[in-house]
Amino acid sequence: MVNQQPALLKPETLLEEFRKNGVTHVITIPDSETNYLYELMVEQDWLDVIPASREGETFAIAMGLIVGGKVPVCLIQNTGMMESGDSIRGMALDAGFPMVFIVGYRGWNRHGVVTDSAARYTEPFLNAMGINYYLVEHDDDGPRISVAFDEAKKNSRPVAVLIGDEYHGFNR
Amino acid sequence: MINAEDVFETFQKHRGDAIVIATGTSGRVWRNTSTNERRDLTLGNTMGQTSSSALGFALAQPGEKVVFFDSEGSLLMNLGNLATIAGKKPENFFHFLMDNECYATTGGQPVPNASEIDYAEVAKGAGYASAHSFDNLEDFATNVEEILKETGPVFVALKIVPKVENLPIGLRARQPERSRAETIKIVREELGISAD
Repeated sequence: MVNQQPALLKPETLLEEFRKNGVTHVITIPDSETNYLYELMVEQDWLDVIPASREGETFAIAMGLIVGGKVPVCLIQNTGMMESGDSIRGMALDAGFPMVFIVGYRGWNRHGVVTDSAARYTEPFLNAMGINYYLVEHDDDGPRISVAFDEAKKNSRPVAVLIGDEYHGFNR
Repeated sequence: MINAEDVFETFQKHRGDAIVIATGTSGRVWRNTSTNERRDLTLGNTMGQTSSSALGFALAQPGEKVVFFDSEGSLLMNLGNLATIAGKKPENFFHFLMDNECYATTGGQPVPNASEIDYAEVAKGAGYASAHSFDNLEDFATNVEEILKETGPVFVALKIVPKVENLPIGLRARQPERSRAETIKIVREELGISAD
């Protein structure tokens, strides 16, 4: 018997989740695997893409947008998330607003042998900050993004969505 | 160099109904000067990132003039944000830099390359629509009204007299301050922004 590989995560799935949850802005630093997602995002007239220079900025820009009545999402890699520790503390956790951030899970795999320290420290980092997270690997997991939005709103806290396998489905 | 109090008194005359966000030591001086605290917003509490949160607010509220008072220590921690701001071209964003050339709250140690760096040139090079610099009050007072009519993002670098604090932080006199959450609540009420 052959186990079928579930469908890869399509960028359209993420975009649909953003649209469903009223996202107005995506603040991002693209990584090498997200080119196609970036191109799709900038084509959407309902979505404003804000390219940042460093990941710590994304949480602060998001906080300013929320104060101004918008619904932003941060889209960064796990390496940048770790760089953003003070920004996550001051602009996301202490601010007490619902904020969803999407994290490319560099180095993650399904086999349990993690050789990339970026992956090794990702979940311990989130646990240390007390931030809940959901893993999204393929299209079937897409609704977890809405779960993250609902939880962020309910608790007025940041919630992370970890994209497993680093958006491999997002390349052309 | 200019006293921070004089900068704020001069700016106040031309503020209109701008939303003002001030960070660092200058922020405390502004709170003693402002005559419209319902439009004063606190967005800080992260090292160097208030310029980013101010940008977010300006993008969310393009119909409001947003004036942000930064410090050079904070700016140096988040210098890439000049490119981020310039890239989004917020026409309503006015970025004033209170440059006292040192970390005044930690005893006055100089910031890197304190007296040589030209922040207005850096901002201009990053892509701000315009950039100005002043080291005396008379020139600033003559020009500030016209500067505030420009299309943003606008950068204004000001050389400020440092007020160095040497007392251990726990022994310093604390001023009563409104919390960040309180200023956000009031500004949202003022602008009719839903709290959802």
